[in-house]
Amino acid sequence: MTAEAEPVPLVHLEYRGVREAEGPLIVVEGVEGVGFDEFATVRLASGEVRRGLVLEVHRDVAVVQVLQGTAGIDPATVTVEFEGRPFGIPVGEGWLGRVWNGMGEPLDGGPPMLSSITRPVAGSPLNPTDRDVPRDPILTGISVIDALTTLVRGQKLPVFSSAGLPHFELAAQIAAQANVIDEPFKVVVVAMGLTHADAATMRDALEARAAAGELALFLDTADDPVVQRILAPRVALTVAEHLAFDLGQHVLVVLADMTSYCEAVREVSAARGEIPGRRAYPGYLYSDLASLYERCGRIRGSAGSVTLVPVLTMPAADITHPVPDLTGYITEGQIVLSPDVLGGDVYPPVDVLGSLSRLMRKGTGEGRTRGDHPAIAAQLVAGLARARQTRDLADLIGTAALTDTDRRYLSFADAFSSVLVAQGTAESRSLEDTLARAWLVASELPRRELTMLSAADIATYYSEGKTYPAGDTTAFDPRTERTPEDPVTETDERDGHG
Amino acid sequence: MTIRITQALTEDEQAGSGRVVRVNGPLVEMDGLDQVAVLDVVEVGHAGLAAEVVSVRRGLVTAQVYEYTGGLRVGDPAIGRGHPLSARLGPGLLGGIFDGLLRPLAGRPRWLTPGSLQQSSEAKRWRFIPSMSPGSDARPGDILGTVPTPSGIDHRVLVPGGVTGRVEWVSGNDDVGEDEPVAIIDGRQVAVTELRPVRAPGPMGTRLELSEPLLTGQRVVDLLFPIAKGATAAVPGGFGTGKTVLLQQLVKWCEADVVVFVGCGERGNELVDALADLSEIEDPKTGRSLLERTVVVANTSNMPVMAREASIYTGMTVAEFYRDMGYDVVLLADSTSRWAEALREFSSRSGELPAEEGYPAGLASALAAFYERAGRVTTLGGKEGSVTAIGAVSPPGGDMTEPVTAHTERFVRCLWSLDRDLAYARHYPAVTWRRSFSRDAQVVGAWHTSGGRPEWTRARARAIALLAEADRLTPMVELVGLSGLPGRERMVLLAGRLLREAVLQQSAQSANDATCSPAKQLALLEMVLAVFDQCLALVEAGRPASEVEEFDLSDVIRVRDEVGPDDAAGVELRRDEVLASLENRV
Ligand SMILES: Nc1ncnc2c1ncn2[C@@H]1O[C@H](COP(=O)(O)OP(=O)(O)OP(=O)(O)O)[C@@H](O)[C@H]1O
Ligand SMILES: [Mg+2]
Repeated sequence: MTAEAEPVPLVHLEYRGVREAEGPLIVVEGVEGVGFDEFATVRLASGEVRRGLVLEVHRDVAVVQVLQGTAGIDPATVTVEFEGRPFGIPVGEGWLGRVWNGMGEPLDGGPPMLSSITRPVAGSPLNPTDRDVPRDPILTGISVIDALTTLVRGQKLPVFSSAGLPHFELAAQIAAQANVIDEPFKVVVVAMGLTHADAATMRDALEARAAAGELALFLDTADDPVVQRILAPRVALTVAEHLAFDLGQHVLVVLADMTSYCEAVREVSAARGEIPGRRAYPGYLYSDLASLYERCGRIRGSAGSVTLVPVLTMPAADITHPVPDLTGYITEGQIVLSPDVLGGDVYPPVDVLGSLSRLMRKGTGEGRTRGDHPAIAAQLVAGLARARQTRDLADLIGTAALTDTDRRYLSFADAFSSVLVAQGTAESRSLEDTLARAWLVASELPRRELTMLSAADIATYYSEGKTYPAGDTTAFDPRTERTPEDPVTETDERDGHG
Repeated sequence: MTIRITQALTEDEQAGSGRVVRVNGPLVEMDGLDQVAVLDVVEVGHAGLAAEVVSVRRGLVTAQVYEYTGGLRVGDPAIGRGHPLSARLGPGLLGGIFDGLLRPLAGRPRWLTPGSLQQSSEAKRWRFIPSMSPGSDARPGDILGTVPTPSGIDHRVLVPGGVTGRVEWVSGNDDVGEDEPVAIIDGRQVAVTELRPVRAPGPMGTRLELSEPLLTGQRVVDLLFPIAKGATAAVPGGFGTGKTVLLQQLVKWCEADVVVFVGCGERGNELVDALADLSEIEDPKTGRSLLERTVVVANTSNMPVMAREASIYTGMTVAEFYRDMGYDVVLLADSTSRWAEALREFSSRSGELPAEEGYPAGLASALAAFYERAGRVTTLGGKEGSVTAIGAVSPPGGDMTEPVTAHTERFVRCLWSLDRDLAYARHYPAVTWRRSFSRDAQVVGAWHTSGGRPEWTRARARAIALLAEADRLTPMVELVGLSGLPGRERMVLLAGRLLREAVLQQSAQSANDATCSPAKQLALLEMVLAVFDQCLALVEAGRPASEVEEFDLSDVIRVRDEVGPDDAAGVELRRDEVLASLENRV
């Protein structure tokens, strides 16, 4: 609190002994001058130091949430020191190229982060009148995303997945490949509640980016104290906001897995005896998630941007579960992964009809990606919707009853997954390659069905009857119609086909 | 009701000061505050955070704080302000963007820290043109004078409620400050700005019957589920089904004099996008940008939770303010569910016994009271004005039986339900004809008839019947295949598809079709009905249905986008061409 005439001096207040210690909470009695939401240091008799946040002050009692949990805390000997300010971290470029835990402590053996500037991790709401409209793309090199759910600088676009699907691979691939043209681009990845194996995969996939000093990696693994997870995204977003809005860089923040984060919030809420809401998540989960997700955007008068890709697993693949549901109510679209939509082993398994980038309209087209991009994307989605109906109908009454046009839609859907969607986990495609593939897929349909495309674009890009080779489509370049048999080696570089 | 108009003009009296004893998020308890009443404003802490008293029990005052309470301590001071939560109303609202307590956001710092949320002291000055002269009799609601505003909408300064008597003095001043008196009536000073309590309905004359539609330019609304001026509507739908786009289409295209948009716990990016659009579109009535007929109350989801709760009432108070000047006002709130959740969050912190799904027991009556503030009225000054209230509802998990949706449905005259399947299929606006209703359709039908469009009512009834029949037939197709159905039924299915694609689908992004005049709407609907009749005649004359189904009718579907928003003649031309080509096939 910054007011001129503070009657209580800003001394550190220290207390020995607490009344209760249970779950993530301790209750300190006899306190004076402790502020709500301020930061506390908790010292165990062993000398171990933990961090805490004040959840409530009531007369001379303070309820403190201990970030590392209360295991091992002896109520009689523990000391609690109140800092008189909210939890803050140093900010600066020193975070980049390093690996940290959820509270911003080094995990890579290097020195702790130091800086003359510190910021409270809770952030402050951005004045809406200072926002600028997001309208430039970020290219991920992943065809189905770049073509159909284009990510826009300043957007929040989550990945909804379920158990057993390769969402961490996809998150890592986005984090490794995403880029903007000719402007500084940085990536902040927060792994929350990941297994050590997933964390290691993530770390490996991002090695090049880390080595280039473009990545800050925050790792909070499944065996870390649950409450630390509540802090991790806030630390990361504070780092990102500084890079973006003070230093003018474009920052992509990947938060995975948000379901683990929400479970941590639920655990603290239960420990406080709060009235549980849907699936026992607290009623304020929407506001809590919004306080993270709304920290992305663009600001007038600042060159940078914060773009957010939260990744979450839907328990039992249920999109109405509070975590995906509340996320969907805050974010600007969603990329849904589903095991059955594309069939077989197609990676990335994106359910295109359930996916949408709400800001794509502003971030694509002439001068942003390419003039025909929005229309070809809309046409493919419309075609897929029709193909899906046709497939359902065929399943019910058999393919014999299908018309010729219906059959064309079915082969269109096949071409869609094999030519456009299917891609390697380390394969990055240029935008030209992606759009060429999109047109190749559209060319599976008769011209009269392409009602969303302009005559001029059809004349330029459409080529009815052009076929694509079966088999290994990842090694197929549609622009030259090379087939895998041709003795040409493919490159995996970011602008490979440039 | 008495409004204490002098408040803004005098030093606030301090009703007593107390101290904070408990802080739990936005809930603060204080003692030592005497003479405070429930709903009074209290300033808490050294930064003077705005708060509102929700209960007083044995000297213990519980308040909800409208700002972030981090750092607030036990023992910090609290000062009662002695008046209820009020909004400052005056010229300068139109075209502006305000927080949930109606404090301007423009000119505030980039990052909204609690200290920065103090009342802006920037003084605006206005030109006051009196229309009453000293010696005349003034009664509440009379026009005291006008203030020219950049919006082109006449700002009328009214005699406030509770002020009656002889006009003793009127300002001849061309340049008055917001709180400077411009008149003295019966010993009481009146300024161009007034302070109105937000939670209670403002004073009005009598309620009037609803009689004319609020035209929205959106076909599924105007044709199928029309809304009257002064009525209420709710737009429930899961995430991504199109609530915000539909509401923003109404902000842009509905035929209102003034639009109040309350962004209640939603996204910042959406708001700036909408503001940018509004400043680019010209209002055909005034020739100025649409932004200048709009007041935006913005409490985005990352702004303090309790101000979200207040923002709905603040917006409604602004709407009533313009209604009292004799305008047709539309209030849109996106989303009322966030307001209800703020209620729930607070009641759970205060330990109130929860009712359905944790919401306080007063939820239903609070919703009812909010929508009751809409209506078409004669104002105290004898003019006609209206407030039409439209709220988005965001049901958790898309579950329409949850309390906010279920209660809201009971209190509104129109329900425009959005359907996830339609949205997935990119059928926009995804308003489903299966779960939507309008209780104003008859009134609107009568209005069309008297306006020379008697066929509106019949065409609407046919469209609804065809859509319902096509829906009934669809599961049969899945069972027996299209070929198993008789020819007439197959034509009904064709009509259903044409109604959906040629009439009901309307892209907010279309240059020609974002809005649509009543004449073009009716022309599109009648075109589809005529095509259906002709196809049916062909089939009944022995033509195989499978052949008719293969006719290329894409011209019928495309015409909505190909002719201008008011080009009914263009649609009729297309209809004649299509009918002629069908004729040739006989
Ligand atoms: N009338 C329309 N025309 C074109 N596109 C539309 C229309 N309505 C909705 N959409 C599409 O659907 C997307 C989501 O719509 P919208 O933002 O209104 O959803 P919502 O119901 O408000 O979701 P939330 O509850 O998450 O806020 C839009 O970004 C747009 O792409
Ligand atoms: Mg919305």
